[in-house]
Amino acid sequence: MEVAQQETLALAAEKEAVEVSGSVALLEALIIEGVETIFGYPGGAIMPIYDALYDYNEKLQHILVRHEQGGIHAGQGYARTSGKVGVVFATSGPGATNLVTGLADAQIDSTPLVCITGQVFAHLLGTDAFQETDVINITTPVTKWNYQVTDANELPEVIAKAFYIAKSGRPGPVLIDITKNAQIQKFQFKGYTPCDHIRSYRPKPIVRPQYIQQAAELINQAKKPFVIWGQGVILGSAEQEFKTFIEKSGIPAAWTILGAGAIPTEHPLNVGMLGMHGNYGPNVLTNDCDVLIAIGMRFDDRVTGRLDKYAKQAKVIHLDIDPAEIDKNVKSTVPVWGDCKETLPLLTQLVEQKQHTEWVHKFNDYTRQEVEQVINAELNPTSGEMTMGEVIKQLNDITKGEAVIVTDVGQHQMVACRYAKFNNTRSNVTSGGLGTMGFALPAAIGAKFGAKDRTVVAIIGDGGFQMTIQELGTIMQSKVDVKIIILNNRFLGMVRQWQELFNEKRYSFVDIQSPDFVAVAAAYGIAGKAISDREDLPGALQEMINNKGSFLLEVFVTKENNVFPMVPQGCSVSEIRLK
Amino acid sequence: MENSEAKQEFNITVYTENQIGLLNRIAIIFTRRKINIDSLNTSPSEVESIHRFNIVITEWEDVVRKLCRQIEKQVEVLKVYYHTNEDVIWQEMALYKVSTDVIAEKVSVERLLRENGARVVVLRKDYTVFETTGHREETDNLISILQPYGLIEFVRSARVAIIKDSEGFNSKIREFERLEPGEDVVENEFLNKGDKVFTM
Repeated sequence: MEVAQQETLALAAEKEAVEVSGSVALLEALIIEGVETIFGYPGGAIMPIYDALYDYNEKLQHILVRHEQGGIHAGQGYARTSGKVGVVFATSGPGATNLVTGLADAQIDSTPLVCITGQVFAHLLGTDAFQETDVINITTPVTKWNYQVTDANELPEVIAKAFYIAKSGRPGPVLIDITKNAQIQKFQFKGYTPCDHIRSYRPKPIVRPQYIQQAAELINQAKKPFVIWGQGVILGSAEQEFKTFIEKSGIPAAWTILGAGAIPTEHPLNVGMLGMHGNYGPNVLTNDCDVLIAIGMRFDDRVTGRLDKYAKQAKVIHLDIDPAEIDKNVKSTVPVWGDCKETLPLLTQLVEQKQHTEWVHKFNDYTRQEVEQVINAELNPTSGEMTMGEVIKQLNDITKGEAVIVTDVGQHQMVACRYAKFNNTRSNVTSGGLGTMGFALPAAIGAKFGAKDRTVVAIIGDGGFQMTIQELGTIMQSKVDVKIIILNNRFLGMVRQWQELFNEKRYSFVDIQSPDFVAVAAAYGIAGKAISDREDLPGALQEMINNKGSFLLEVFVTKENNVFPMVPQGCSVSEIRLK
Repeated sequence: MENSEAKQEFNITVYTENQIGLLNRIAIIFTRRKINIDSLNTSPSEVESIHRFNIVITEWEDVVRKLCRQIEKQVEVLKVYYHTNEDVIWQEMALYKVSTDVIAEKVSVERLLRENGARVVVLRKDYTVFETTGHREETDNLISILQPYGLIEFVRSARVAIIKDSEGFNSKIREFERLEPGEDVVENEFLNKGDKVFTM
């Protein structure tokens, strides 16, 4: 009954102000913003909000995580697969500081989040009160926007702004810190209006036709044009526009790690992955193309390698929604400001229908070399211990590219992103910019809530898994269906690889021991299996996928395998090594 | 490329909402890159509820341009401009406290005031406060003049600067149009309509 009454509270308040607490107004606002799932952890300073939440159980699903970092990574996973804003609750002090890693991760990977933290009473601010910490100042560098609410009257507008800022333009994390008095305070709630404009904030630059024109001319004259795309295509929901553009212009296209899946892996013009552990052709030919068209990507150092030797021969067209990204790392010849959902169709109109057959063949030639020298041995080994690559390949055979793949950070991440097949957009969830170990397990939980009908497979190393292993408890309690593959090489593999290649095999603290992961999972009531023989792999993967509910599959892989190709640090992309 | 010219002083002008925490948000854009702020002034602008920051740093233009884009990206920042010292008229104000007895006895106050463009702000039995405005050299100069007579206290303001171009910022924006994301930014239609926009 209580809930039924609440249903129309915000609407009723629009007609005649209703007296409610700040906490109730917050929850009403979340409902109007379309929030369905909240990842959170209660504590002293956020208790009034949790008390209000008790009555909203049917409208707002709250997932109790085991650590606030797990909560925010779950929020990120949710945002990445659903395209909606992830919402996270945490208490003041340690609760809030535990969010910082996730905020930094979401900021650098442009993930829309609204995080609500409790704060001590306003009159205690600055007194070193119990669980008081200066959350606003701690989180300023890692949020797109943050704000402290000390009066409930501010709440509706602030929440409206928070959602608008988080999801518009280049998305990012927003943190709202609410003092306990504002949560409790009764005020005249006059309803909730979502925000659609802030005078000092321009989410998208205005599209300039002359730059579209100039870009089209360069593309039409190009003999060896090359498209490199990033997550901007996915964040802008411009996958279709992007596909139409490359298909009409016939330009081969390669992706950054966060751009994976915007067009299917098998698309004939998809020539592979860029960057340090990307594919051979895209890296070498970056320094051979005559026009480089960058779409929704930010020229991260892991993509460009040595900057002063990066695509120096090419004219650069840079499409980006964030003006600060243009000319930040790579100087553009033509800056195409704007949302690629708008700019790509304009560009497509002006480019000539073409096929760059010979040029595309050049990519294929490099692919052949890479297959012979690297990929075959990685995906189809016939003897010795299992490789990470063959696990991914066999997973592809079962999921057929339909699954959401969530990865942690390190060797397994590079292998998974290189070899996983993606038929659909919003299928690759990984920590790209920040490289946060411990990301995958909680992010996979959120990813599943964001894409309930899809199979979600988390691929995690033995190191990263132990960083947020406690989230197995969240899986247990929320009964979310997440498939977990631990690729266990008994090492912190990526650091070991660097120590082998660059530090004369001085393996300094990379030899990591692990518990019996299957037994740990079992203790949480999660089914599992560990395998080390190749012949068991297809059956075990099938068993994992078929299992009703979560499943943990631990695969013991070869200990000292290296991820190749590799652009060593300080080298140009064309100096990429195959071994 | 950025090293072909020497670093020089740049005057960065930032128009913002009046919001707690925004100073920090802007300051960390510099500190994150280990860039020192030489001078920082912030005060209400000619437009109601909009504040103006004047920030002086010594850097290469390429760096300054990137910094300005990062500042402008902040939600509560309306617009950012940068100028060299040649493009602006700038002033710093300084106050000097000296003993009235000493100064009356040993200095030709009238000449001092005239030569340094200074004026007396406070005249008391025990001390006198002079004020002058000008470039750094000018305010420095009066220090060295007063130092032998027992300067009790000295303080100098941050720099304020106004651009030389007679059309002000409106025409300036057209100059670097090539580098600007939108043409209409300065003619923000909401600029004078504080009540019609989302504020708190």
